[in-house]
Amino acid sequence: MTLATDAAPPPVRPVLMKGNEAIAEAAIQAGCDAYFGYPITPQAELLEWMARRMPELGRVFIQAESELGAINMGLGAAATGARVLVSSSSPGISLMAEAMSYMAASELPLVLVNVMRGGPGLGSIGPSQSDYFQATKGHGHGDYRVPVLAPSSIAEAVDLVATAFEIAERYRTPTMLLADGVMGQAMEPVVPTYRLPDRRAHGWELTGAAGRPPRVVRSLHLQPEELEDHNRHLQAKYRTIEEQEVRWAGERLDDAEIAIVAYGTAARVARTAIERARDHGLAAGLFRPITLWPFPTHALASIAERTRAILVVELSAGQLVEDVRLAVGDRVPVFFHGRTGGVVPTPGEVVDALRRAWATSESRPRETR
Amino acid sequence: MAVATYGVVNETARPEAFEPLDIATDRCKGCELCVLICPKLCLALDETIVNALGYHPIRLTDADACTSCALCARICPDAVFAVYARPKGA
Amino acid sequence: MTTTPGLRAPDTRRRIYRRPEILADRSTHYCPGCGHGIIHRIVAELLDELALGPRTIGVASVGCSVFIYDYLDVDFVESPHGRAPAVATGVRRARPDAFVFTYQGDGDLAAIGTAEIVHAAARGERISVIFVNNGIYGMTGGQMAPTTLIGQRTTSSPTGRDALTAGYPLPITEMLALLPGVSYAARGSIADPGAIGKTKAMLRRAFETQLTGGGLSIVEILSTCPVGWGMTPTASMEHLANDVVGTYPLGVMVDRMASAGRAPKPDPAAED
Repeated sequence: MTLATDAAPPPVRPVLMKGNEAIAEAAIQAGCDAYFGYPITPQAELLEWMARRMPELGRVFIQAESELGAINMGLGAAATGARVLVSSSSPGISLMAEAMSYMAASELPLVLVNVMRGGPGLGSIGPSQSDYFQATKGHGHGDYRVPVLAPSSIAEAVDLVATAFEIAERYRTPTMLLADGVMGQAMEPVVPTYRLPDRRAHGWELTGAAGRPPRVVRSLHLQPEELEDHNRHLQAKYRTIEEQEVRWAGERLDDAEIAIVAYGTAARVARTAIERARDHGLAAGLFRPITLWPFPTHALASIAERTRAILVVELSAGQLVEDVRLAVGDRVPVFFHGRTGGVVPTPGEVVDALRRAWATSESRPRETR
Repeated sequence: MAVATYGVVNETARPEAFEPLDIATDRCKGCELCVLICPKLCLALDETIVNALGYHPIRLTDADACTSCALCARICPDAVFAVYARPKGA
Repeated sequence: MTTTPGLRAPDTRRRIYRRPEILADRSTHYCPGCGHGIIHRIVAELLDELALGPRTIGVASVGCSVFIYDYLDVDFVESPHGRAPAVATGVRRARPDAFVFTYQGDGDLAAIGTAEIVHAAARGERISVIFVNNGIYGMTGGQMAPTTLIGQRTTSSPTGRDALTAGYPLPITEMLALLPGVSYAARGSIADPGAIGKTKAMLRRAFETQLTGGGLSIVEILSTCPVGWGMTPTASMEHLANDVVGTYPLGVMVDRMASAGRAPKPDPAAED
């Protein structure tokens, strides 16, 4: 037994934190200079935490007149090189679509947190994952992509906030952190050690043209050939991100004969379902994408080849499942279980879905390879 | 830092004649706001030339009448004028 | 580029006026006689006179003037349509030492952007708003604007604006002047050199308001759109002087810093 000495720092004790607040504090500790937001359930606590903490630290906080105002304030601050966080929930994110397109085109780094709620429309304030399309295929017009990080626990969210700033600044792109109402509202133990990503000036930031030529942050390129060049540049950037930034986690996949693909809160439900399924002799495992874009296509395809079936579980009518089908192709059948409206699937439902998928796939002859 | 350049309009003038205006004829769009505002009516479009933008540029028709009031410079949307004070006796 | 060496002796003339340094040395895309050219020029003159160039971050908006960043040699960010006051808010808060202005047309500020300007004004953001009102949407082909006059023909009010169906011209600067966060609100025009000079003085006062720690400053500038109005540049100026000012009276609506007895510091370098 080792005795603690003066030289060894005491172990950092975990603190019980609400998800929204943990994400906010993680951003603060990651050097967030400016936060702009608007109250919307279920992420209002993130704004409120920022309202208290940012002025304490002499940093920028504004509750804007709308989500539209908030994201455009973020655009302005990001153009000057500030490290910016904006947060909202589904309907508010819709209002931010235009600015996301502008920021992707103008190559501005910014982190946007979406604490997803039931939709479409005003929907409900319950949790959902029905903004997957919006995050990975939307939000606004034009050819662009946005890296999307999907934590499945509050502790993971805390770490991914720093990662989001790193990715945003490394590639000069708006980056999303996709959480849901469960994660935002729940309280979980968080070890309060944070990461502070390095800062560097890159030479595009607007600081006032003293002693240098003026800089312009813009997205308008009226000449078609010029705009095509710019699009090629953006696409090349996205290919690099696809090569370098894929993140995913696997659990119990080594001997899995059926794999659940799920992210966020759905992955946690799936984890419990997998335990129960294994208790009943069904060798299930979990493939959990952490980056929804870039999607872990290759990893998923090679996992799929070793299973008999895949079950996608979402808090939606089926959005992630389309990317899963695209990645998996016709290697194995892909099944889906989802709940909408703010309803969270239960482990029991997922176990039933696993059984049905197993039964249906067992009766399909596998092609010999 | 960019430095403005000016066309010299009266190239056939005697070298020692005072020129109250330098006019960037390549920037003029022939809008004639200066023609309207000039109190000495000594500005007019030069319809014998067309500049690279496709306009008849402005021309000082009577350098001696110009009083360097600079109203033309103050109304010009394209900042084509530089204005000089007439030295005594010129 | 066309000076001929040998034709003249070294230039000993005493210069009264030249184009401002900070105005880029290039021709603009604006139509002949367009008011933007005049307004860009007086803004550039002020930036030169007040030595603000090195600290300026401008916010360009959407309209004919989107290319202002090609004509003024200062840092610029291009904003989505209507959002310039919000973008400027972000710039201002992130860079407290910068000089920040927006340059917006009547569609940008008084149509799609009304929420952003009202709330930037309500918050008293320390920015200067240059609001160019020519009563029409020039860039998109001459449609009706919120500031279009009653009876004015545009491509989307071809028989003339009818108040019954299209409402009344929006006196947005008067509305903003009600707000305590607005330290300076004024309306000028560019109809003739005298009016241009008065407008430049309003802009100077607006810039001083920002530099001396005031709230939001806004100068609405009645301008022309010869092509949109279907008039020659000279006729446009006459229409501006005779007709437009009837709907939009000129003058200073509010100057709270002056009323409070706070004299502006004339030298902005004292801020450093």
